[in-house]
Amino acid sequence: MSRIRDNYKSSPAGRFEAWYKDGYDPMDDRMDIHIPTQTEEDYDPADVIAELDLEDTVYDRTANRALRISGYIYKILSIVLCVVMIGVLIWMVQYLPAFGQPDNPVNNEVSARYIGSGVQETGAINFVTGMILDYRAFDTFGESCVLFIATICVQILLRYDEGEKDPENVRRRHQAATDRLFEPKNDIILQKVSVVLVPLLFIFGIYIILNGHLSPGGGFSGGAVIGAGLILYLCSYGYSKTERFFTIRTFRIISLAALITYCLAKSYSFYTGANHLESHIPLGTPGAILSSGLILVLNICVGSVVACTMYAFYTLFRKGDF
Amino acid sequence: MDFLRNLPFFCIMLAMFTGIVSSAVSGRAARRLTLAMVTAVLVMSALTLVYAEQAGESTTYLMGHFPAPWGNEIRFGTLEAFLALYFAIIMLLSVLGGWSHAVIDIEAGKENLFYVLIDLMMSSLLAMIYTNDLFTGYVFVEINTIAACGMIMIRQNGHGIVAAIRYMVMSLIGSGLFLIGISLLYDVTGHLLMVPAHSAVEQIVADGTYIVPLLVIIVLISVGMAIKSGLYPFHSWIPETYGYATPTASAILSSLVSKGYIILLIKIFYRVIGFDTVISSHVLNALFAFGVIAMIMGSVHAILQTDCRRMIAYSSVAQIGYIYMGIGLGTKAGMVAAVFHLLTHAATKSLLFISAVGLYEVSDGRTDYLGLRNAGFRNRVAGLAFSVGALSMVGFPMLSGFISKYLFATAALEKPHKMLITLAALIISTVLNAIYFLRQVVTIYSGRPGEAVSTGRFIKEAIAESTFSERFASIALVLLNLFLGLFSEVVINLISRGLDLFA
Repeated sequence: MSRIRDNYKSSPAGRFEAWYKDGYDPMDDRMDIHIPTQTEEDYDPADVIAELDLEDTVYDRTANRALRISGYIYKILSIVLCVVMIGVLIWMVQYLPAFGQPDNPVNNEVSARYIGSGVQETGAINFVTGMILDYRAFDTFGESCVLFIATICVQILLRYDEGEKDPENVRRRHQAATDRLFEPKNDIILQKVSVVLVPLLFIFGIYIILNGHLSPGGGFSGGAVIGAGLILYLCSYGYSKTERFFTIRTFRIISLAALITYCLAKSYSFYTGANHLESHIPLGTPGAILSSGLILVLNICVGSVVACTMYAFYTLFRKGDF
Repeated sequence: MDFLRNLPFFCIMLAMFTGIVSSAVSGRAARRLTLAMVTAVLVMSALTLVYAEQAGESTTYLMGHFPAPWGNEIRFGTLEAFLALYFAIIMLLSVLGGWSHAVIDIEAGKENLFYVLIDLMMSSLLAMIYTNDLFTGYVFVEINTIAACGMIMIRQNGHGIVAAIRYMVMSLIGSGLFLIGISLLYDVTGHLLMVPAHSAVEQIVADGTYIVPLLVIIVLISVGMAIKSGLYPFHSWIPETYGYATPTASAILSSLVSKGYIILLIKIFYRVIGFDTVISSHVLNALFAFGVIAMIMGSVHAILQTDCRRMIAYSSVAQIGYIYMGIGLGTKAGMVAAVFHLLTHAATKSLLFISAVGLYEVSDGRTDYLGLRNAGFRNRVAGLAFSVGALSMVGFPMLSGFISKYLFATAALEKPHKMLITLAALIISTVLNAIYFLRQVVTIYSGRPGEAVSTGRFIKEAIAESTFSERFASIALVLLNLFLGLFSEVVINLISRGLDLFA
């Protein structure tokens, strides 16, 4: 009896059943899950938890009765406020112009000119790109700076410098390091898939950026695709491989160069525009890859900034470093 | 001479360019770059003011090759140029006054990031002052919010992080409401540039279509900006934020960031919606009511504080209340008083925060108000600066606070049904102000001159640390306060001419 049972267990059906019942992992022994030991990295689990309870150590809610009561009142008031807000907005919606009607206020001379003469004035076949990078380029520069300043803030919060001397910061660096040791590495599925996907993602991202003035897409979307490719590569091959071509130095150089190019190019364009000077930037033939004046350059700048920002967010959140 | 009209654009771009470059240099170089940039902005804004005064009218400047309803624009008149100049002065003095503390408070290697934040903050303040486009306004409100968050949390202790989270949540709610407001406004007008949007709104008011959405828009924009600048029921982020950030950040946040939003709100009231439409929507009455409550409650909270900087922070709640009360009066005199008080508060609060830290330095690091006993004798410059700031907030004649209270009182006389409340609130608030500020001033000068809380050696070292630039900044801010108090006529004229150009 037991012998038959053994055979069944090693048969495909038995293995399927075991897998189905969650008793067997097809990736057993093939994935490198590195469980840290106390001797290797002397960490205290309480350290990690201590950071989570930050708010409670700063404001001890259990001891402070007034704070607790005001907390309850605060919750009730927030709900009331949200409900009122929702009610007012829903009540107001019925007075708004109906969606998609031809005589709505938004269908005015502004959009007419963007659509009607956008191609002649900006050289971009994609109206949206022409709008954000030529008619309203100042706003878009602001948006790139929003991304830039967001990375700066994440760096302030999460970056740990190698040459840190302050014992408090060294301890925090240690805490962050303990988190990372539990992560799976060298996952074979991820590696095989990313061999195919990563080059495709890079090429597709570059295509979207370079064709931003011709087809739907542009710097923001293309940069996001390239950033996703970088993150996928990092997930499957780890930092040692990624650092061969992308370090904090690369990040700084790329984002600095892109933003400075954007700033100088647009300053020139604004200056000539406001003083009614000739800008001497050829628009080219609409439809050609090298056309539409500065838009192509700006798209490349925005794309680099977005790709770097996405990668920087990921790696700062994961490791606190590049 | 005609070249001068490019200067506001140069200021904004220079500030952003400095911010981008600063991210790649050392902390010391970043600080020098920032100081150079702010000085350059100061000089250029002064020249802009000269240009605007000579032109006698507002100038529109294309940001690109396309005119009003299609491309971005900035616009400047007397008031904009003056505000840019004034904000640059305050920014310069705040950085000078607090940099020695910033070096200690900020982790090694991240100092340059702090100056990146200051540069981009400056650019966003300038853009909010100069913008003639609603969406540009929103983009720079975003930059301003994120930069302010970074400035709060750069001092990475528990309080800093919690304050940054609170600030971020409240501020993003404000931005969200503002964004919904702008989107709805675009939906009913079809324009984002201020001038065409204004004529579309006038059309809406004349026709009577979309009156309900217009009311909701005014409410959303006012409430969004009120939350972001910390009007009373939305003030819960203020004490943490101003009380525990590094001194430069406290000074900038209290004196410039909240003011930038108020300027943008005033601009939208005048230039987009039209002040008469705003008055007839009765939203101003709500702002008036909350402003009056803030004046009283902020001061009451401030009396209850023992920590000196938290007390100053709660005093900010009251002062923001003054400004909104002035706006809420719904008259031009009220608006002039509000803008003047905005200037007063900017000069005085940065002075108070910087000098309070100067007093902490010589008090063994104690921050409660009794711990500062006798500190005015140990650090004479900081003591003098703190006393001047406190007296100005209370409304001592010759100082700027007196003039703004006087302006509020005279403005209230024009509005019979709001007069009594305004005057009563002014009197009560002044008395409450006097209670907590004079308590502090008396404390720092009480006891025998030789008495000290700690050993003499420590005090000597601490005074040596209080750098020359800190003393320079304190004295310059005292002089600025005296200037606003003694030559108020010039400034009031300028504000009232500038507001005429707005409409």
